Amino acid sequence: MHVRVTDREGEQRELEALEGWRLMEIIRDWGLPIKAECGGACACATCHVYVAADWVDKLHPPREEELERLDEAFDVRPNSRLACQILFSPELDGLTVVLAPELD
Amino acid sequence: MTNDNIITTDVVIVGAGPCGLFAVFELGLLDIKAHLVDILPKVGGQCAELYPEKPIYDIPGFPIVTGQGLVDNLVEQIRPFGPTFHLNQMIEALEPIGTADAPRFRVTTDAGTVFETKTVIVAAGGGSFQPKKPPIPGIEAYEGNSVFYAVRKMEAFRGRDILIVGGGDSALDWTLNLQPIARRVTLMHRRDDFRAAPHSVEQMRALVASGQMDMKLGQVTGLKGEGTALQAAICRDSDGQTFEIACNTLLPFFGLTMKLGPIADWGLNLNENLIPADTEKFETSTPGIFAIGDINTYPGKLKLILSGFHEAALAAQKVHRYVYPDKRLTFQYTTSSTSLQKKLGVA
Repeated sequence: MHVRVTDREGEQRELEALEGWRLMEIIRDWGLPIKAECGGACACATCHVYVAADWVDKLHPPREEELERLDEAFDVRPNSRLACQILFSPELDGLTVVLAPELD
Repeated sequence: MTNDNIITTDVVIVGAGPCGLFAVFELGLLDIKAHLVDILPKVGGQCAELYPEKPIYDIPGFPIVTGQGLVDNLVEQIRPFGPTFHLNQMIEALEPIGTADAPRFRVTTDAGTVFETKTVIVAAGGGSFQPKKPPIPGIEAYEGNSVFYAVRKMEAFRGRDILIVGGGDSALDWTLNLQPIARRVTLMHRRDDFRAAPHSVEQMRALVASGQMDMKLGQVTGLKGEGTALQAAICRDSDGQTFEIACNTLLPFFGLTMKLGPIADWGLNLNENLIPADTEKFETSTPGIFAIGDINTYPGKLKLILSGFHEAALAAQKVHRYVYPDKRLTFQYTTSSTSLQKKLGVA
């Protein structure tokens, strides 16, 4: 299983993904610059990603907690998600995301 | 500053999160009193600030405990040792004034508190919490004159045209506080749901309904102005439409993020914003300065609260040698030592 991640310089990487891992953990484990400050507690919005249009409806919709945290992110779009809230499963093989700008 | 204003102590702990708090306990058992400094207005660090209601499952002896619950218990546990807290301030400068064998440091906070201490324990987690700055192109040019991430003196905002961005308590509180003294306040949030206290949201909506302030849905994407003087914010709504809001002051409230801050200037060896420490006593490259918890690094490091507790216990043993160089340290258990139990107030 793989996930395609475009970093903030525009470079796309294909990362091997493990079932049961959170997308945030996969991106962080491969060393991409995702801050994930709270460690996955949905408390900081520093793992903000944009999900490719054809994948948006395949993910479970964000819960209220995730929407509230996205209030602390910058340039939030309709396809914005927090990577810590996406649990990887075989159905997500090929998921494509872009790292959102990071607040300084 | 005269010597009367300097606090002389054995140890200053930088950070009042779980590891800093537990260090007070381990030091207290060894008759070492601690002063703690934290940039936040309350103790508890990440646990209290980021996830107070979240359950934690890997604290020994607690099958489940919330972040705030753990902090409350730690505060209760260290109560016998009477630590002194210096909250709402950040250590700006740390100057060695002793020798390697007998270290001493002069430590100064941004609130003007000065310590002379034999040892320093850095328990700063991911660094100090500081306001998040949105990556709006050119925003730096306006910072300090037109763009502010915190309100220090309300009077400085009298008569201004203020745009406040955010949907949490900070945004709503400052909207309500500044509305009476500003020329005009506009609150902007990306959606029509606010996560601030319901009463604050009601008050804000009443002010909007009576025409005393404005509320807009959207996000700031750019700024217009001359030099350091802001003239307007360029904004975008959820449909992608661009519009401008005339303002000479922008207050973005996007929450807090952690930064290493002035610790980077203390002369310690750093490894990607972490402080290398040995695994025997968790001392840094500078004798007398220790690093425990998430801010340190060493082979095999696990970023767990559990690890920080262990590190606090070992650091305290070495601190004892600096504080009481002529005193023999005898290892004792709290279950059996009357001496320790007396210190804890239970014997």
